[in-house]
Amino acid sequence: MTTFSTTGEGASLTSVSLGRKVKDRSIQGLVYLAFALAVVPLVAVLWTVVVNGLERLDPTFFQFSMNAVSGSDPGGGAYHAIVGTLQQVAICSAIAVPLSILTAIYLVEYAGGGRLGKIISFTVDVMMGIPSIVAGLFVLALWLLTLGFDYSGLAGALSLTILMIPTVTRAAEEMLKLVPNDLREASYALGVPRWRTVCFVVLPTALTGMVTGVMLAVARVMGETAPLLLTIFFTKAINNDPFNGPQASLPTFIWEQAADPNQNSIDRAWTGALVLIGIIMLLNLVARLVARRTAAKSR
Amino acid sequence: MAKRIDISGLHAFYGAVHAIEDISMTIEPRSVTAFIGPSGCGKSTFLRTLNRMHEVIPGARVEGKVMLDDEDLYDASVDPVAVRRLVGMVFQRPNPFPTMSIYDNVAAGLKLNGVRRKSQLDDIVEESLKGANLWNEVKDRLGKPGAGLSGGQQQRLCIARAIAVQPQVLLMDEPCSALDPISTLAIEDLIDKLKAQYTIVIVTHNMQQAARVSDRTAFFNIAGTGKPGKLIEIDDTSKIFTNPDQKATEDYITGRFG
Amino acid sequence: MTTETGVEARAGTRAGAAGTAMSTGRAGDRIFAGAARGSGITVLVIVAAIAAFLVWKAIPALRENEAGFLTTEEWNPNAQPPRFGIAQLAFGTALSSLLAMLMATPVAIGIALFISFYSPRRLASGLGYIVDLLAAVPSIVYGLWGLIFLAQHMDKVSGFLNAALGWFPLFGGDSPGKNSIFTGSVVLAIMILPIISSISREVFLQVPRPNIEAALALGATRWEMIRLSVLPYGRSGMIGASMLGLGRAMGETIAVAMVLTFVPGINWHILENGGSTFAANIANSFAEATETGRGALIASGLVLFVITLLVNMAARAVVARRKEFV
Repeated sequence: MTTFSTTGEGASLTSVSLGRKVKDRSIQGLVYLAFALAVVPLVAVLWTVVVNGLERLDPTFFQFSMNAVSGSDPGGGAYHAIVGTLQQVAICSAIAVPLSILTAIYLVEYAGGGRLGKIISFTVDVMMGIPSIVAGLFVLALWLLTLGFDYSGLAGALSLTILMIPTVTRAAEEMLKLVPNDLREASYALGVPRWRTVCFVVLPTALTGMVTGVMLAVARVMGETAPLLLTIFFTKAINNDPFNGPQASLPTFIWEQAADPNQNSIDRAWTGALVLIGIIMLLNLVARLVARRTAAKSR
Repeated sequence: MAKRIDISGLHAFYGAVHAIEDISMTIEPRSVTAFIGPSGCGKSTFLRTLNRMHEVIPGARVEGKVMLDDEDLYDASVDPVAVRRLVGMVFQRPNPFPTMSIYDNVAAGLKLNGVRRKSQLDDIVEESLKGANLWNEVKDRLGKPGAGLSGGQQQRLCIARAIAVQPQVLLMDEPCSALDPISTLAIEDLIDKLKAQYTIVIVTHNMQQAARVSDRTAFFNIAGTGKPGKLIEIDDTSKIFTNPDQKATEDYITGRFG
Repeated sequence: MTTETGVEARAGTRAGAAGTAMSTGRAGDRIFAGAARGSGITVLVIVAAIAAFLVWKAIPALRENEAGFLTTEEWNPNAQPPRFGIAQLAFGTALSSLLAMLMATPVAIGIALFISFYSPRRLASGLGYIVDLLAAVPSIVYGLWGLIFLAQHMDKVSGFLNAALGWFPLFGGDSPGKNSIFTGSVVLAIMILPIISSISREVFLQVPRPNIEAALALGATRWEMIRLSVLPYGRSGMIGASMLGLGRAMGETIAVAMVLTFVPGINWHILENGGSTFAANIANSFAEATETGRGALIASGLVLFVITLLVNMAARAVVARRKEFV
């Protein structure tokens, strides 16, 4: 047989050629570096938000609005914004969650590879890629300009709904697909009609997974700013009625305060960011815990 | 170029699971050694400890010694990459690199080892494919994807890929279990031819195959589920199949269990 | 709106479902199946309505426009007569998101390789979670951080790049600043890291074990195993992932709007202040927009919608192609 010089009879067990080793190690270094590069901005963002946000993390911030407070004034708070955000996200979830879960049920349980199912599935993909500002523009074009409603928390919630539907639908779909078919067949074999099988056998099995998916989706839309700029507009005052008149929200509050070059405003923006990140991280954490508990149970 | 393998006191683990226990044996150069035994008895695990592929699985580890002539594969100074270069392996299911052509599949190991000259590569690829009894079937389509071949051809391609780097030992993990009888025969003929140059170890489920191709046979067994696999006995194949020392071996050979 | 259409669609399909194979003749089944189907159709209707209403509300403004919509750089829809075009916005969107993709892709693939093949197996899911946290940070927070923290530091980086590589047109210009396309694309790159790396990880997880073992058994080092088995298998998945990242970067609004300082005109010097994108322009100009101004913004949003749609579809097609193979 033809032999070749670098290996063959005399090859040693202790090492491969230096060049290969160096290459392997340098790539390893680069890969470690890549991970470090991802951690740096994460730490930097969280660190600056916490350090700067603590400045104004006081009771006033949670008790007062910005009504009659000008940008250069100290004091003032985000009460109006927190109320707005909670209301908008609640309305958005109330519309998007049932709609999305029913859509997912249709796709998994009823569509059965049919044409309508494929089209809807494709539509959900399309929706997934809709830029958030476009969702805002749509609600602007339909709700405000065509139907003639005023800016309101509801309009904001509608735009968030468009962003929430695809995320929840996909998450619910994944969870429903995980439910073993034996379970459905066992139920049919007992003569249980399909809808009861879905409601009382399939859905409970997939429930915790769906809860996780919904919470992650809520956390995501809660930080959306762009569509709200076009739909809830701005107000410095408390508006407890999400159906009438401009409302504030935490993201738009940060946007407004950051646009004002006064240090007092900037401080309020940082604290707003801290509160927003705090709520979002908490939702994320709880969602992961729910997911982990299920994983442990099913093992 | 074939080397002797001396194994002493070898244990293998998957995490907390003790997979094989205290195995010692000698594998002779330029011969075929077959491992037989019921499913789950650890014969494949043992095979994978011979080229340090066992430790590729997360949580897996090995204790004991595997001497390749006079070097211990598990010595701290040994690089597992170098071990696998000297101890080639053929798997249960043919696994050619799906994106590569037939030629590139065979040349893959050579290129890793720094063979760059086209004429040299051409020569070794041709020789390896001839060595694997595949040359005549593929010489006109070396540039086509390896995944396009039949199962038996793919397996011979994998053998060609393994012998192209001229290893000392060739390990085969049930190489025919996914193949039809005609392809199996082709592989068995090939094993018979290769043993002139290599130390060959083959795991097989098929006792007739072990009887046909091997010079020595090792029988592995397991005391019960969850217990580690053990070597029951190793001897000349003719002796194992006619007059084994152990009762368990005889029971297995004659089909009373397994 | 959504609920209304939902009810209509539901009423329509309830009748349609009767008599098909899925009907068992029970009222409960029919209602439930109808509700599920109706919800699916509602989703369809929403997406169709988005396209329809954006077109409808854009047309009047486009009619009044006295300049070429696709070719004009200026954006003055509130003026009399209105003159506006998307040339600068399209340029800024494409340039900033392409730069972001170029910066993020290698890092994201490195992260995916690190988590899949280099980190201890027990840590893998925790490390993945850390990267996912990057995606959980809202864009407004990235914007605030980019504007107040990162931009200050980018000042020096931009100055250095300009001094060292100023001969290269992109890095040229007389006055490198901190509120530049370059700073914006760094923020965008950070924001799209998680999506690219998580899709790449998914693809890497699907690399068949036998392919990996084939390479290792041949005496490949870890990197050689990745090059022989993982990268060829995952190539289209990684391309698709970075394109999805591109689509995400194009639609990103707030962070870019906060970081960039608007300066009119197309400027190839990415280190100089200026530039704008479709999305940032909508967020920044909306509050002062007149009726025509809103229409003009909607028209530009429509263009953004179509572009991101095309990019996303192409990306999904590329990711799906992987399935045909092996």
